[in-house]
Order: sequence, then structure tokens, then C-alpha cells
Amino acid sequence: MDFTRRETLALGVGAAALTVLPFRVHAAADEAIAAFTGGADVAEGGVDLTAPEIAENGNTVPVSVDAEGAVSILVLATGNPTPGVATFNFGELAGSQMASTRIRLAGTQDVVAIAKMADGSFAKASSTVKVTIGGCGG
Amino acid sequence: MISRRDFLQVSMAASAMVGASGFGNWARLAAQQKLTQDDLLQFDTYGNVSLIHVTDIHAQLMPIYFREPEINLGVGAAFGQVPHVTGADFRKMYGVADGSPSHYALTYNDFTSLANAYGKVGGLDRVSTVINSIRADRPDALLLDGGDTWHGSYTCYQTEGQDMVNVMNALKPDAMTFHWEFTLGSDRVNEIVEGLPFAALGQNIFDAEWDEPAELFPPYKFFERGGVNIAVIGQAFPYMPIANPGWMFPEYSFGIRDENMQQMVDEVRSKGAECVVVLSHNGFDVDKKMAGRVKGIDVILSGHTHDALPEPVLVGETIVVASGSNGKFVSRVDLDIRDGKMMGFRHKLIPIFSDVITPDPVVTKVIDEQRAPYLDQLTEVIGQTDSLLYRRGNFNGTWDDLICQALIEEREADISMSPGVRWGPSILPGQDITREDIWNVTSMTYGEAYRTEMTGEFIHVIMEDVADNLFNVDPYYQQGGDMVRIGGMGYKIDVSKPQGSRISEMTLLKTGEAIDPSKTYQVAGWASVNEGTEGPQIWDVVESHIRKKGTVHVEPHENVKVTGV
Repeated sequence: MDFTRRETLALGVGAAALTVLPFRVHAAADEAIAAFTGGADVAEGGVDLTAPEIAENGNTVPVSVDAEGAVSILVLATGNPTPGVATFNFGELAGSQMASTRIRLAGTQDVVAIAKMADGSFAKASSTVKVTIGGCGG
Repeated sequence: MISRRDFLQVSMAASAMVGASGFGNWARLAAQQKLTQDDLLQFDTYGNVSLIHVTDIHAQLMPIYFREPEINLGVGAAFGQVPHVTGADFRKMYGVADGSPSHYALTYNDFTSLANAYGKVGGLDRVSTVINSIRADRPDALLLDGGDTWHGSYTCYQTEGQDMVNVMNALKPDAMTFHWEFTLGSDRVNEIVEGLPFAALGQNIFDAEWDEPAELFPPYKFFERGGVNIAVIGQAFPYMPIANPGWMFPEYSFGIRDENMQQMVDEVRSKGAECVVVLSHNGFDVDKKMAGRVKGIDVILSGHTHDALPEPVLVGETIVVASGSNGKFVSRVDLDIRDGKMMGFRHKLIPIFSDVITPDPVVTKVIDEQRAPYLDQLTEVIGQTDSLLYRRGNFNGTWDDLICQALIEEREADISMSPGVRWGPSILPGQDITREDIWNVTSMTYGEAYRTEMTGEFIHVIMEDVADNLFNVDPYYQQGGDMVRIGGMGYKIDVSKPQGSRISEMTLLKTGEAIDPSKTYQVAGWASVNEGTEGPQIWDVVESHIRKKGTVHVEPHENVKVTGV
């Protein structure tokens, strides 16, 4: 039996999402980072970004960020048409500076978290999340 | 490879760590036809703890032939490292004599003639004899099953895994982790696991909705053996919903989750674990990377990638043990645990030569009971082969070439695709092909053979995607399968390139023309992870094809050109 037309279309949609292979960092992501930091230096480390190495479903990818002492954490999906995901702000009475959410990724790309610390410094973490057709597991 | 000298240079705790591996070199003995069960099982019991590891049995209850890979490429840091060493290089690395039983068990060369000389391997009644022998030395040895147990045969499919559950229960494992088991569907997996008389472990098995640890699969279990408090932590295959149909087990989420693994190691250590063992289905390269990132693991019993290594690989203070597949090997690891530290180990990869090891009659009876209702179906001869049929290898095997040809001819396709799975025994020239043999290389719960149209561009996208799951330089981005097998099309692959630029020169073999990105081709394949895939079952397609041919002949081809090695 052949694929029905509907199934073929479903396969085609999956393909379309993947034809754009590893995404270049979008200029809009750089702009969002510049707007958040005001152009200040950003140190590597000091932020824990947890994301899967390979997404089980690119439409809903769990990510969490944790940065002790942060007043604000910016999360970007650098390869999405609109890279901005969220900015989490933490008040002085916050018990911890962590947050988690689920995001949609248009393809394999880097997810970036930038934390603004209480002293005005910035810290960054980045993680590549792969979005794949799958199959062929040994 | 680890030499004893290397181990002596590794300072662990207060004393130097002494490692020893007992994989025998029996060439001379075999030449005299004197290879015996005692030689295979000889082991000077060591330390105070024994681990027995079996993994990736893929429902092979009976003795089989299994040819190890000819091509198994490592990229990045894995280049030239085990398990990415094959053939003569492998034998040289471990000092294995040409023509010896170890040569036959561990490498691919001269497979047919050595298989005729040394016979079949595996059979869970032989495995039971080995386990009983180890338990005779060390009654409280831990038996740990790395998973891919309830999948891969006619009887396993028909009984939804019950045949394997019954036989494994007779072997009395202490714990297990999982991969293909989940393709039975979550309802069936839950049903079996709820009744298991041993621990079903997986620190990375999570509830998909809440992203919390799944209640049915605890992360670890404590065992007190030889006066030692041992924690066994389970690690299921991380990429199940990607490599296999996630819609069959939508309640579950996996992933490597090595930060959670570190938490579990810290937790069991704080609860008094003197020895931490990870029972893993990560795949060897992923386990090596994890061993370097997670601190405090003594032993990783590694599964998934089907590698058989005669010595453990040392990463920091962790030993990583690989025990092969399809019931061909059992690993014994003896540990000396003192003051909460692993002071040393002794290891042996025991090949299960079916003609040398006496079957355990208790388990033979259980196996026969599972097979009896299906014996007529299993043993029906469908055809013959006059060439070696095998699967393992990164790019193509003759079994897959036969399956791909069956898809093209039976489904009138231009191009065919067969998944790069690593299970499936070999068939020698001159052997009958039975229905059981066909199911051994095709059985799965999503075996529908689809036929669809794909553009040349889309075929390229698929090829690049699968290649990256094998040749990404970071093991955490690999899924542990081999390259998708292609019929009707040749191509060139540069394994050193990044995704998107590895695959080139795709050629339609029947015309010799280059694949046109914008043109549409008829493609037949099987094992789609998409829900609702329609078509005849692949084993019926292959059976029909072999029946028509009578005798099949498949020589390895040169349609895949590999560069960048």
C-alpha cells in the first residue's frame, strides 16, 4: 500500500523543517543580546543552562536556566526566525534564580542564556540542541 | 587498549590499581581440537564482588552465527580508538592470533571458514551454564542485563516479549535497563515491568508530561554482596523517542541527563554506596564521554552499540566494559572493593561457543517451551543462500542488500531504504534460510514496508541527517545506529565533514544518472518512526522475494564510497 496523501504531506512537513541545516546565529539574536547587555562584556560560565542534546520533539523542547545571584536571565533560540524566548526577572526576595519552560525550535541550533547579575556584570551559557528526523537506532 | 603496565601507572586511592584481563588466546589449544568449556570459563576468583554482564541479546534464544563489523569508523576523539578498530588491526592490538577462536569471535575476516570450524555462538542455555559456573565460584555474583532483550525474533514478536521474559527469569537477573523493549508499546512494557522479579532501572526514564522521574523505573538499587554495599544505577537508551517511534510510548521521556546521573551518584555515595555500577544502554562512545563528566562511577557496563571488547577501557577512575550482542558473549568482572574504593579488578569477556559449552538443561527446557507452539512456522525453509549474509558494519551488509533488493523488486521502487540497526545474525553460504532467519533480521513492532515519493533533495536531507547521527564528532549527538542502507542508489560520503556536506555523488544505479534534487523518485522502505505508516510487513516482503529466487547470492558491493577516514 502507498502512503495516503495526508501521510505523505506529514512526511513533507517534517522534511521542510529540516531542509535548513544547522542554523547560523541570526543577526536578530546578536541585536537582542546587545540590547540586554548594553554592549557590556559577557563572561562564559556562572549560568547553568539545561537542554537536551537531541530534542525528542522540536516543537516542545524543555530548557531550564539557573544563575545564582542573577536579577534577570535572557533566553534566546538563536536560529529561530524570532530568537527571543523569554526574559526572567527575579526580585530581591526570590528564593532562587532559576526558571524552566518549553520552547519550539525550527531546527538544529544553539540555545543561549545570558544572566544579568546584581553587580551589573553578565554571564552566558550556550547549548546546541539538535533537531533530527530520527530513526535507525541500533 | 589498556595494558597491565598502563594500569600500574594509574594511582587509585592509596594503592596502585591492578587490572587484569583474562581473555584467552586459545590458538594452540584449538589447533589440537582441545578447546574446552574449562578453558573458556577458567577464572581465578578475585576480590570480593563479581558482576556478570549480558546485553543486547535481541531475543536470540538459540545459537547463531554473528559476524563482527568490517567497517566501524570513529570520528573526532574516537578516531582509531576502540571500539573503532576492526579486523587485523584489532587482532594486533589485543595480540589475537590469526585463525584462533578469538579471531573468529571478535573479528570479521575469513568468517565463513572459521564459522565452519568453530561453529555457532550464543544460546541462552549455554549462557546459563556460564552464569551458573560463575555463581559456583561466587554465589552472590550480580547478574545485570543491559537491555534490548525483549526484541528481535519471531517468538518474541508473537508473544510480545513473553518468551524472553520467561527465559531471562530462569537466569535470575538482579537488574535490567531498556531500549527496544519500549517498542512493545508502553502498556505492554508497564505490564511486564510491574511483574518483574528483579529491578527495572533507569535514572533517565522520565514522565514526559511533568519531566519528573518515572515511578515505575527507579534510578538505582542497592545490593549488599560480599560485605560490600553496591549501588547499581540504570541508564536506558537516551534517544528512544527519536530513533524509535515515540508515539508507541508517549508517556515517557529519556535523554542522557548526565547532570541527573551525577546527582544519583552523589546520592548513593551519601547513602553509603562503596561501589557504584552503571548499567548502561548509552552506547560505547557516549559512555566514555559520560565517564569523563560524571565523577564517582567505578564500573560502566556498556550496551547498545554491540561492541565486544576483550579488555575494559579506563576513563579516569572508571572502567567501561563492552559485552557484545545477540547472546554471543558474557562478561565477568571481579572487583576488589575496600574502604569504599575500587582497588582493582579482573575481567574476562567469555565467548559463548555453542559447541564447546554444555547447555543448561533447565534453561533448554524453558526455551523449548517458548518455541514449541511456533516450531512449524519457525523452521519452514524459504530458500537457500550460496553467499554469506551478514548485517553489521557502518554502511552496508549483504543481508541488508538482500532486503533492499526485495523492496525494489516486490514494491516496484527506484530506491529502497533499510534502517541501520546493529542486530541480526549471519547466515553462512550453503545454509537454508528459514522463516526464523528472516524474522531475526526484520522483526519489530513497526515493520510496515512503505512506498512513497521523495524528491532527490529530500533523499539527500535524510542521508545527511542519518549520517550526522553516526558521525557527529560529539558522541552525545550520536544515536548509536549504523548508516541507513540504500538499494538502487550509490553515493559518496566524507565522514570528516559537518552535517549538510558529507553526502555527494548520489547516483541512481539503474540508469547511472545523478540524482536530480528536484526530480521525484519512488522510494520503498521499512521501520518508519511515523505513526500510521501503511504497507505489508517487511518479513513478508523478504520471504516472498527469497521464495521467488530459490537460492540467493549477494556479494558485497562498492556503491558507497567512503572518504575522510
